[in-house]
Amino acid sequence: MTVDKSVFSPIRAWKYLIEKPVTIPKKLVFDTPREASDNYRGFHINDWTTCVGCGICAEICPTNAINMIEIDSLEQSTGNKPERPAIDYGRCSFCALCVDICTSDSLSMSKEYIHLSKDADTFYFLPESDGIHQIDFDKGYDRDEVSELLDLERYEIDETPIEGRNESFIEIIRGYSKEMAIAEASRCVECGVCTATCPANMNIPEYIRSVWTENLEEGVDYLYKTNPLSNVCGRVCTHTCETACVIGNRGTPVAIRWLKRYIVDNTPKEDFERVVLSNVSEKINGKVGIIGGGPAGLSCAYYLRTMGYEVDIYEERALLGGAVRYGVPEYRLPEESVKEDIEMIRKMCVNFITNTKVGRDISFEEIRNTHDAIFSGSGNWIPKKLKVINVDHKDIRFATKFLEESRDYSRDMGRMPEFEDDIIVIGGGDVSFDVARSLARLQKIKNGKINIKFIARKPIEFLAADQEEVVEGKEEGLELRLNRSPVEILVDENNKVYGVKVAKCTSKLSENGKAKTTCSEETEEIYAKEVFMSVGSDPDFEYFSKEMMENLEMDKNKIIVEENGQVKGYPWLFAGGDIVRGPDIITAVADGHKAAIGIDEYLYNREKI
Amino acid sequence: MKEVKLFLGPQHPGMHGNYSVHMYVDGDIIKKAYPLPGMLHRGFEKLMERRLWMGNIALIPRICVVEPDINEMVYAMGIEKLGNIEVPERAHWIRMIILELARIAIHLMSFGGIGGPTGLYTASYWSIADRDLILDIFEKITGARVYHMYIVAGGVRKDLPEGIEEEIIGLLDYLEKRLPEYEELILKNPIIHARLKDNILLPEEVVWELGVTGIGMRSAVDKEYDIRKVKPYARYDQVEFDVPFGPYSDAYTRVSYKPIEIRQSIRIIRQSLEKMPKEGPVRVKISTGSALRWTVPAGMVYPVIESARGEYGYLMVSDGSEMPYRIAVRGASYPQGLLGVEKYLPGHRIDDASLWMDTMGVCAPEIDR
Repeated sequence: MTVDKSVFSPIRAWKYLIEKPVTIPKKLVFDTPREASDNYRGFHINDWTTCVGCGICAEICPTNAINMIEIDSLEQSTGNKPERPAIDYGRCSFCALCVDICTSDSLSMSKEYIHLSKDADTFYFLPESDGIHQIDFDKGYDRDEVSELLDLERYEIDETPIEGRNESFIEIIRGYSKEMAIAEASRCVECGVCTATCPANMNIPEYIRSVWTENLEEGVDYLYKTNPLSNVCGRVCTHTCETACVIGNRGTPVAIRWLKRYIVDNTPKEDFERVVLSNVSEKINGKVGIIGGGPAGLSCAYYLRTMGYEVDIYEERALLGGAVRYGVPEYRLPEESVKEDIEMIRKMCVNFITNTKVGRDISFEEIRNTHDAIFSGSGNWIPKKLKVINVDHKDIRFATKFLEESRDYSRDMGRMPEFEDDIIVIGGGDVSFDVARSLARLQKIKNGKINIKFIARKPIEFLAADQEEVVEGKEEGLELRLNRSPVEILVDENNKVYGVKVAKCTSKLSENGKAKTTCSEETEEIYAKEVFMSVGSDPDFEYFSKEMMENLEMDKNKIIVEENGQVKGYPWLFAGGDIVRGPDIITAVADGHKAAIGIDEYLYNREKI
Repeated sequence: MKEVKLFLGPQHPGMHGNYSVHMYVDGDIIKKAYPLPGMLHRGFEKLMERRLWMGNIALIPRICVVEPDINEMVYAMGIEKLGNIEVPERAHWIRMIILELARIAIHLMSFGGIGGPTGLYTASYWSIADRDLILDIFEKITGARVYHMYIVAGGVRKDLPEGIEEEIIGLLDYLEKRLPEYEELILKNPIIHARLKDNILLPEEVVWELGVTGIGMRSAVDKEYDIRKVKPYARYDQVEFDVPFGPYSDAYTRVSYKPIEIRQSIRIIRQSLEKMPKEGPVRVKISTGSALRWTVPAGMVYPVIESARGEYGYLMVSDGSEMPYRIAVRGASYPQGLLGVEKYLPGHRIDDASLWMDTMGVCAPEIDR
């Protein structure tokens, strides 16, 4: 272009003298700041009521600008840490990755962008729902499904098809393939909320990571740090971890239980054994007797062996495992899996003394005299009874006995238990579904058709049983008669049970978050040839002497123990499992572990004296 | 004859970024020049090896402050190539709109760059004010004015907000109206002619010797070498645009190419707005799981795009983990900004040093990275 030589060219610029300036005067910047766009990434807003303190914002922050601060006024609860993110705006790069990955939908950014101070320390904020300056600014940038950084949907696990499932005791869940397991493991954000919730405080994020990095041996090592029944717990755990999992806040929780199962199922046997047995210590001078070979006893035995103590387990039945082997049906927990876990503990040189009931075949005193300490995990084996008319009728059958028989049948150790072709099951918990679903299978095998009515007081959403159980039970042909409370077992003139009389009930969510059930006068009769009752069970303390029974502190029918499982007044006696807490397997495992540590401490200090 | 040592930068209005040149001058002629990079060295490449694939998007825009989007684009292209990821159609067009808006913004900014050294401050004021209008658009689309962090591997971070198309068209109309005024003000200005014409030459041999790309190369070697043409990325093969080129490269030609490129960018954006699918997905996940565990398959790639200063690329190596194994940045201004300054700045006058920096297209953090 050539030079503009016109004399008038400067004049053209003069028109800007009368135009409005495009700049904003300085004093207006603070008085009426320009409003940011709707999408603006300004200072953070954090809604404390929805925030769960998982700390993933701090984890993804590329500039390490976020610290999790412990807040005294908040309480630790399931799936909730008493921590909230504090942000250092000296480091923050306003990338909003924290907002995109927020598991609880609490973090977002506001349109606020001015903070002026000469003091660099004031740039550190704990944002709340009204921003960092507690001035209500509009919301700016927020996550949407496009900017989502979490993987919210669970990768489906392979299951046996519903069709034909109720014809055998074959395990329902088939397990993850390698690709699926790695994909599922990659959904974990390692917040550790699950660890805090797990009764055994398992190293969940660590073992999920080992699935993701395909280092299963490391995974086994992590599992056995807190749980020697990983094979069992990978299948039938109550998985409170999954209830707590922060991914569940907006999606489906990580399948923690199935990933645990993936580790134990897919580690080569030799490697598995090498890792587990590497924990065994040389025997030291100390011998502990364990009453009951259930989850609590086995767990206690394992950890005592890792510390070097000699261990004897006294088990009433022919096989070790307790509730795990005589309660849980085969389709949920195959015999092989239990066997593997128990075999591993046997290989650690734990003495298994089976078919020996303490109090019948051997006295409690004798064990006391031959051992330095005793751990009791004898479990709940006496069935509870509902307070209804005719409950003591001889033909009413209870869960514990039946499940034992059914399990023996499915592992080819006994005959098929006897049952009628028209059955009522009264219950509501997981065990009652075990009974009903086992019965369904037996009926199908024997008669080819299922006729089971399941009676519970509460509606589906308030049932104590896992929702999975309810859904699968329905699929397998159970006839659910919910919202009905039994009032009478119907007995005819020939003294034969022919049904149950039930009252109709309604349930509402009460203020404390629990279901409140009220039953009306209106009744109904449900007919069947046989009634099964599964409403819980009580412990059997026959083996304790009278004097001990008087001295033991009890809460209802559970023994009160110290934090480490030590029974009050009897420093050499420790207890755990269903007779203390529960009933569930993982709590028993945790009790066994705690008691092992407690026993070690007790014996070590006693030696010193 | 007495040699005097002068420092140009790191804090100097005529200097581009925190970059320094030590000049030995005799009278007002530069005898020797030593570029002194490192003022902006934050170890980007090393930092990237310690950040997640996703986390890096907060870091990479900083490698070129005035034109951050090219970094995001190159980085995203690299990951997509490594992971064999198909980007949704709409995302390609959105990316082009962003990249071209950014190109206009940096060309406007560089008008400011010649305003200072020549004393033509009006140019700086106008162009910076107009650039701000583009930043407003960016703010609406991406949520930030300068570091957008918008183009991510697999697409773009969010869909375009509603009604933004009209605003972009409004802005383009405005800029088209403004461009003749810029030409009147800058290109026809006697001062500019006096200072820029036949000054700061870039002969063809130097282009080949240093590896200069972009406007510098195109104006010197008479070849239409533009990555958008020779190795199209996004959907540049589906839009029509011209690339200015010529056989004679002095400071003036290089500046005069900028309004032409702005016009072409406007043309590309208009076509993009017209041709892009009006709806559809704009992002695919690059990997399974949460962003903390996104991995990129192992491999080595060199994605490259056309920045306002020339060929811009990352050499990216992945070992299959959740962080990059190595990323090396090929900054477009590296050849002329570092090697060129030392060899070819001597012989010019002191007051031309700043003009040299601007018209050659030097962006300091690209050299330091």
